[in-house]
Amino acid sequence: MRNAFASEITALAQHNPNVVLLSGDIGNRLFDKFKEAAAERFYNVGVAEQNMIGVAAGMAMTGLRPITYTITSFTTARCLEQIRVDVCYHNLPVTIVGVGSGLGYASLGVTHHSCEDVACLGALPNMTVLAPGDAFETRAALRAAVAHDGPVYIRLGKKGEPKVHSEVPTNFKIGKGLILQEGDAVCIISSGTVLPVAMEAGKRLTEAGLPARVVSLHTVKPMDEVLLAECSARYAVIATIEEHSILGGVAARVSQWMTANQVTDTRLLTFATADHFMKTAGEQDYAREHYGITADAIFEQVRAAATRKKLQRTA
Amino acid sequence: MDFSKGTKDVSELERIAAAIRGQIVTMSHVAETPHLGSSLSCADIVTAAYWAVLKLDPRMPDAPDRDRFILSKGHAATTLYTALCFRGFFPRHILDHYNENGSPLAEHPGPGSVPGVEAATGSLGHGLPIAVGLAMASRIHKTPYRVYALLSDGECNEGSVWEAAMMAPAQKLGNLCAIVDYNKWQATGRSNETLNLAPLADKWRAFGWEVHDVDGHDIATLVRLMDQLPDGSGKPVAIIANTVKGKGVSFMEDDNNWHYRIPTVEEVSAAYKELGLS
Repeated sequence: MRNAFASEITALAQHNPNVVLLSGDIGNRLFDKFKEAAAERFYNVGVAEQNMIGVAAGMAMTGLRPITYTITSFTTARCLEQIRVDVCYHNLPVTIVGVGSGLGYASLGVTHHSCEDVACLGALPNMTVLAPGDAFETRAALRAAVAHDGPVYIRLGKKGEPKVHSEVPTNFKIGKGLILQEGDAVCIISSGTVLPVAMEAGKRLTEAGLPARVVSLHTVKPMDEVLLAECSARYAVIATIEEHSILGGVAARVSQWMTANQVTDTRLLTFATADHFMKTAGEQDYAREHYGITADAIFEQVRAAATRKKLQRTA
Repeated sequence: MDFSKGTKDVSELERIAAAIRGQIVTMSHVAETPHLGSSLSCADIVTAAYWAVLKLDPRMPDAPDRDRFILSKGHAATTLYTALCFRGFFPRHILDHYNENGSPLAEHPGPGSVPGVEAATGSLGHGLPIAVGLAMASRIHKTPYRVYALLSDGECNEGSVWEAAMMAPAQKLGNLCAIVDYNKWQATGRSNETLNLAPLADKWRAFGWEVHDVDGHDIATLVRLMDQLPDGSGKPVAIIANTVKGKGVSFMEDDNNWHYRIPTVEEVSAAYKELGLS
């Protein structure tokens, strides 16, 4: 995802003279090509995230399209008030890109985990929140963000995540989930870098006689309400999957939507990080297992819920 | 009186500053809003900027090549609103309904609230980073303009001020000027006792700024220094404007109660008399 971001932002900068990249002192060599293509529009703003956001806002006030880039926990929580006041209150076209979102940098420790960013930034008026599922969605999300007339937050993983798409999805649109696999028994709504996990769970459920729809909900805000309405009407079991807290992320937002829309006959299963910090070291897969965000867990729990639902309906 | 035209005449600028002070005392009284001492403190700086320094046209508040002025100490909003109104950015009746329900003019300026407000401020430590971004954008667009940010001394408690203060010289932003309204008070105490602010001019100098340590009520000096930008050195300019909180009204001067106190009708009359206003 990281390399896809660097490559795509370079291409965008070559075509759009208003694209400016602000890096918070990370990405050594990652932006060499950007610097070759547009040296006057690349700035290493140092380890100073509050200033980075303010500078981006000032630039955007003049018609530029700044993109800020650093580790997710630093570019969200550290400078949340700058994002709220400088960017969102002014409704400026600043794209805030966080790398290592969720548990992407699990082994670096809790300071580098980011499982609250969607809750925090998603609560800000004017903010659009994107969580692409693979490198191809990252490219599409970035294109859409730069073209969007308002603040956008993109939560990226790290590098080397498995690709799910085979090319950049041409039907990517902010606020519209992508259906990657159709199935009529259960529905899995995945957001962000856990998409390959969701695909694996969907495959196993389908093989087990429960054809699963898998959705990449790359836009967390605004929610794709049309898709939610259709899924709620069609499926007895819906599962949400994300590398984010159960509080304020996709699970919370889907649940809120279902409550508001009186969806009572659909079982909602949520796979998200619990409301506690990890106390042990470990890689991303270990951290996912710690929080129960695995294909095994999804497969077992969705299958059990679907079986119960079937029994209830038969009775 | 019509103050809509710019001027470099110092006595005229002093008359304008006095009129602004009278107006903001009235606004504090009528709307019962605080921060009067802070607003009086910077009236001369704001007058110098809007009448004698900034390249602007109130009829074209969004002109890409205009000079920008960011009131980073957003709690002095009445000074900014009054200056913008007197200078012709928006009509008087809007100012007269300051902070009433439904008014565009809140106690701290909102984005696009009235023409001329460049940035929403009110949370301290935001204006200078935005000003740095604006100053850098001038270079990217190849559109020369100057950017001024007015900070309070209490605001210099905020770490984000110093993040921006380190970046501006690194980027050689000769088109950027930070003015610190150094009235030696913050909301609840002496600014040099709260955090170790002094020596303030030396701090900015050490960060790489061209620093001028001046009387912040000497309009002629303020105009001269602010208008020197850019001087070709590539260094951003910091003006440490030594001011008196509550300046212009003797019983408010250097009395920090006026950070929050609201003047009575008798105090408004007394203030007008002292300011030479009728």
